[in-house]
Amino acid sequence: MTITDAPRIVTRRLGKPASWTLAAYLADGGYQGLRAALAMTPDQIHDQVNTANILGRGGAGFEAGRKWGMLAPSKPVYLTINGDESEPATFKDHALIEGDPHQLIEGSLICAYAIGASQIFVYVRGEFPLAIERLQSALNEAYEYGAVGHEIFGSGFSIDIVVHPGAGAYICGEETALLESLEGKRGYPRIKPPFFPAAIGLYGAPTIVNNVETVSNLPWVVLNGGTDFAALGEGRSTGTKLLALAGHVKRPGNYELEWAKATFRDLIFDPGLGGGIRDGNELKVIIPGGVSSPWLGPEKLDISLSNESIAAAGSMAGSGSVIPMDHTTCVVRAAWRIVRFFHRESCGQCTPCREGGGWLEKILERVERGQGRESDLDLLMDVCDNISPGVAWPPAQTTICVLGPSMPPSVAAGIQMFRDEYLTHVREGRCPFPPDRLPLRLARV
Amino acid sequence: MSEKRRRPATPAAESSAPASAAPAPAAPAAEVVAVRLTRRPLLTESGVGTAPPPARPGDAATVNVTIDGRPVQAKSGQWIIQAADDAGVYIPRFCYHPRMKPVGMCRMCLVEVEGPRGSSLMPACYNAVSEGMEIRTASETAKKAQEGVLEFLLVNHPLDCPVCDKGGECPLQDQTLAYGPGESRFVEEKRHWEKPTPISELVYLDRERCIQCGRCVRFADEVAGDALIDFAERGDRTEVATFPGEPYSSYFSGNVVQICPVGALTAKPYRFKARPWDLDQVESTCTTCSVGCRAALQSSSGELTRLIGVDSDPVNWGWLCDKGRFAYASSSSPNRISVPMVRRGDELVEVSWAEALLAAAAGLDAAKNAGGGRSIGLIGGSRLPNEDAYVWAKVARIVLGTDNVDAQLGDGLPAELVLGLPRATIDQAATAPLVITLGPDIKDELAVLYLRLRHAVRENGTQLIELTPAPTGMSRYAAETLIYRPGEVATLAAAITSASPVTGDVAGVHYETVEAVRAQVERSRKIAEPGAPSIVVILGRPSLAESDDQVAAAARILADLPGVAFLSALRRGNVNGALDLGLAPGVLPGRVGLDQGREWYEYHWGSALPERRGLDTAGMLQAAARGHIGALVLIGADPMSDFPDSNVALKGLLGSHFSVAVDTHITESVRRADVVLPAAAWSERRGTFTNIEGRITWLSQLVTDHGVAWPDWMIASELAARLGVDLGYTSLEDIWNEITTVSPLHAGVGYDLISGQQARDGVLVPLRGEGAESRGPRPLDPMADPGIASAELHQLSPTSLLVVAVAMVPEQDGLAGPGTDGAAVGGPAFGGQRPTSAAAGSVPVGESGGEERDVAPMPPRPTLLGLPAVAMPVANEPGPSREGSLRLVSRHTLWDGGTQVQAVPALADLHPEPAVRVHPSVLAGLGVAHGESVRVTSAKGMLTLPAIADGAIPPGTAVLPWNLPGARAADLIDSSLTATDVRVDSAVPEGADVNG
Repeated sequence: MTITDAPRIVTRRLGKPASWTLAAYLADGGYQGLRAALAMTPDQIHDQVNTANILGRGGAGFEAGRKWGMLAPSKPVYLTINGDESEPATFKDHALIEGDPHQLIEGSLICAYAIGASQIFVYVRGEFPLAIERLQSALNEAYEYGAVGHEIFGSGFSIDIVVHPGAGAYICGEETALLESLEGKRGYPRIKPPFFPAAIGLYGAPTIVNNVETVSNLPWVVLNGGTDFAALGEGRSTGTKLLALAGHVKRPGNYELEWAKATFRDLIFDPGLGGGIRDGNELKVIIPGGVSSPWLGPEKLDISLSNESIAAAGSMAGSGSVIPMDHTTCVVRAAWRIVRFFHRESCGQCTPCREGGGWLEKILERVERGQGRESDLDLLMDVCDNISPGVAWPPAQTTICVLGPSMPPSVAAGIQMFRDEYLTHVREGRCPFPPDRLPLRLARV
Repeated sequence: MSEKRRRPATPAAESSAPASAAPAPAAPAAEVVAVRLTRRPLLTESGVGTAPPPARPGDAATVNVTIDGRPVQAKSGQWIIQAADDAGVYIPRFCYHPRMKPVGMCRMCLVEVEGPRGSSLMPACYNAVSEGMEIRTASETAKKAQEGVLEFLLVNHPLDCPVCDKGGECPLQDQTLAYGPGESRFVEEKRHWEKPTPISELVYLDRERCIQCGRCVRFADEVAGDALIDFAERGDRTEVATFPGEPYSSYFSGNVVQICPVGALTAKPYRFKARPWDLDQVESTCTTCSVGCRAALQSSSGELTRLIGVDSDPVNWGWLCDKGRFAYASSSSPNRISVPMVRRGDELVEVSWAEALLAAAAGLDAAKNAGGGRSIGLIGGSRLPNEDAYVWAKVARIVLGTDNVDAQLGDGLPAELVLGLPRATIDQAATAPLVITLGPDIKDELAVLYLRLRHAVRENGTQLIELTPAPTGMSRYAAETLIYRPGEVATLAAAITSASPVTGDVAGVHYETVEAVRAQVERSRKIAEPGAPSIVVILGRPSLAESDDQVAAAARILADLPGVAFLSALRRGNVNGALDLGLAPGVLPGRVGLDQGREWYEYHWGSALPERRGLDTAGMLQAAARGHIGALVLIGADPMSDFPDSNVALKGLLGSHFSVAVDTHITESVRRADVVLPAAAWSERRGTFTNIEGRITWLSQLVTDHGVAWPDWMIASELAARLGVDLGYTSLEDIWNEITTVSPLHAGVGYDLISGQQARDGVLVPLRGEGAESRGPRPLDPMADPGIASAELHQLSPTSLLVVAVAMVPEQDGLAGPGTDGAAVGGPAFGGQRPTSAAAGSVPVGESGGEERDVAPMPPRPTLLGLPAVAMPVANEPGPSREGSLRLVSRHTLWDGGTQVQAVPALADLHPEPAVRVHPSVLAGLGVAHGESVRVTSAKGMLTLPAIADGAIPPGTAVLPWNLPGARAADLIDSSLTATDVRVDSAVPEGADVNG
């Protein structure tokens, strides 16, 4: 069946013994992509990447090649790898850094060579201690091997890579906040314009910020050619996509699938993938692309897992985190938990996000605890509207970055799809669902 | 409550909205519009307020935009909010401040902008106008967003307006009224914090009231460079915080209180003192130092309660230093002199004005009879407004018959040199490609000038070169800091201006550094442009332990650079005005030399002037110590704490047979006086002030005199009357009219010009070209600097009082500018006595006068002082220090043991602990640890105090702050030497058993 026939591009070494070591990497043809790249001109690599049409894997889905092409013509140029994967139920980059750090290093080097960068920064979420340790030791091995540093493989191309652990802020995954954080400042997203770090980025220099998964594709693209990559998938969604399947499935985990060739139903119910809903329960709702994306009902199970079709359904593929929730899920509690996360990670710059988020959290908590009023539904929607005017998708925003507008979708989806469930909370004065199955310690966070 | 909310956001919400969601959606919107209309005029009513930032080069182009349907021409590159302000359309705002970079944080200024991809909400403070832009500030979408933001801001705001100091002048209150929702739908518990918490000695923080606009945080970092406060935490727990254990100790902390748009930051001295609507207000100039910052003075129940910086574009940009802001309380301190006193034996006894004046006149008369005018000396006068300085200068010359007058207390520079140098303005210093400082630590002594220079270096690319004996607060921003050996700066100045490369070390500075600076100076010679100075030298006294002649010689050398201009860094109050008006030996009012102006002033004053140039303060004190001074008049002067050499000061005061002190506060010198006359303080009287640039601004009266204190001009006039000369002044206007008539510097500068709407920022003298620079009235921006009420009603306008007086002044050629030879200024001789040749009752007229009269012809108007023609001799370069001794540097700190600071309880303890700073190797050589006590000994005295190791100080130098309580550097300094050497020894005698 098509789902399993596709080549695995970024995950094929995951799960193999000591996959994070140089020895294992070299045994599997490691650094051949870099060697091939160094024999090409930067423009040739850029052409291959354009041909491959690699969409950024961090969530926004912007073509990597196009992004590189927007670099301002000044020196120095920096490459920053965004490994600050911090959204609940998103864990694909985590696995890639931990399981195959050399692939990340090789991909970063190819990218840096192609864009003429003079330094690479890999910003890794601080709560990934093992990933940081493995990446750092892989880097040390790579230096010793001659793949990083001065005169890489005798090619005349020299560059250093710095691993920078984050300090615990989700917002530092926003690319401009990441750059501020790298510069040693408080992680505030930068106000736009300038709209792209490619114009003004790290320390004011042109900077490319690419996701871990995006650059991890590069060694394969260089070795196999952009055309082969583009042959996978469909439309704009080319290649494979690493999907982090979480939630109420029997087999949660990372699955690399050819893009646009499988549906949500395949992903959730295929015995080789999600294996179906836990305890034989009924699927209630899917969060299709991370907790900031609008929810989809079970009637959307058969849309294909591609950027375009999920967008057409009114949501987004995002970073590839899929969360099916079963019928025992309280949508008020789910929205509360999601909003609580975003609010507590709000950097605090913009009033609508900082205060609106806190307010939403408090209203949802009140409704969940049975102290809601019918008018709270309107209030929730209007507060959402003041954070993201129109509460539509893609979201309009009253804020500097999209963290604020990440809150309304779960609230609005809940109210629009499960209005009666909200009203039940209000009318019965209690939550009709059983308490969390989570350990208490987690439930209270 | 929330059922009554209008405007359901979505169809889903609409369906559930009860039918009773009665108030028609349109009604509240209409209310909002109505409120806006009534409020808007307030925002532009006053002339006090905030100027837009200076136009950047290349901003001349305009773009056509539409604001609320009205076509508007905006400057290209302008933010939307500025273009709207210019067009009279007010966009609500919190985080935006016209003197800081926009950050777009509060989102209050969201407006709807029609762009290529349809309309979108944009922060007006962060998006520049572009051609064809269609801006809607009050569309449904924009209003919904603004209302939403305001509702959000109030979610966690405690709404404790009745007990909040900001209530009544609060941008949050005002904009909620104008742009906010009528009621809150928030029913949850608000955020709570411990409150208020002190973040410094002067500022309290109430985090519950804070709306996280970041103005304070940005000010501290961006404007003042003291990034000691920042945001901590996330989400609605975001708080402004200091680093644990590190308070927000900044010289500029009061500004964050001023610009806080809510009551989150409050100043300790003002908390709960008054309600804004009860405050009386005038606009005036701060006289704490010589920068001349404009400020709104406010009082409650006849007592000064607060100062708020007014945005004067050429000077302070709305900022004040904490000393200027909080030192006002000194005028009501218990230390204030409120009643005249005369000495009876060992005691000063309170007497009536009549008795005191008689005693003073008798003492002065006796001294004059015994030793002639030359045996009388006047010290001080930089506290005075210009008018009073002029009257004292005149009284000294024609009543007391002495040229022994000096507004500087041995801590300045030779007046004739300073007055003769080409002048620069602050704006010119801030835009010059090269600025050289040869003077004090500007951050400590002219704090707001430091802000302007820091901005120039960071934003305008100004290159700053410091010639200084020790690092300063500016050193962080300097391209080069040349730390010279005290007493050798003239050699260094010669080296950096020389045409040939430097090959050897100069004045202790490594030759490579000197050569780099020399090359830079040489480069800037070539870019000299006509019109604006290419090099601005900021000139003052670098150290009080170093005599002024070396500095003067260095200044004279720098003055020969092409395109150079000087900005005075003489620091004390109105010292620049006092010098301009003749309170210096050898200088007559109007920057005129004694001999140059003799004929002119003898004609106008109707009396002979002293024949010989008089003594400066040092000369007077030394003469007094030798018994040659019969009477000293101390005009707001305390030589005991201000003269660099306490030994000389004490001997001088003791040696004078008689002394009169005219002062506001009891000082050590006042205690030794024979007659004490209470003077009105700054806020208790009117007058004019001259700042470091020569900018004359208006000082307003806000409160009544303390006790029976008088303004100085009245004291001087009454004293003159008792000495037999009736000066004939009945008002300040009389005096100023005389000044503008006789002083070539002040020609044409009438009160109407200084206080007129067209010259709110003051007038630079001498007038250039078409007269006062005209900027036009600026709109008050209560959102930028809340708390400044519309000042028009409160300001005592001198213009109105002057209508008659101006009409009475004879026509004059004043506007032709100073120094016009042969200018015919007709007018009466001012002063009691007429020249003997003049027929009684005759009116002198100029040469152009038609009728022949039996009067002396009016002499030609004197020219202003110029540069001394020849370079000054580089005299008295001290030899190398004796083996083992260090050369002393002593400079003022903002907080010190000075009378004014010590009279304010909130400020008295802010001064640094006395300590001597030396190079670590010095301490290592002594075997003394950092922080341990040492003895600092000079030929004059000895101090025991802790030593601080500081690697930035050269090994041969010791730095001791000036005049700290418990450690007076003046006790060590020998003012007769070019530089003072000290020995630093361990305070523990060698061989002493510490444990025993």
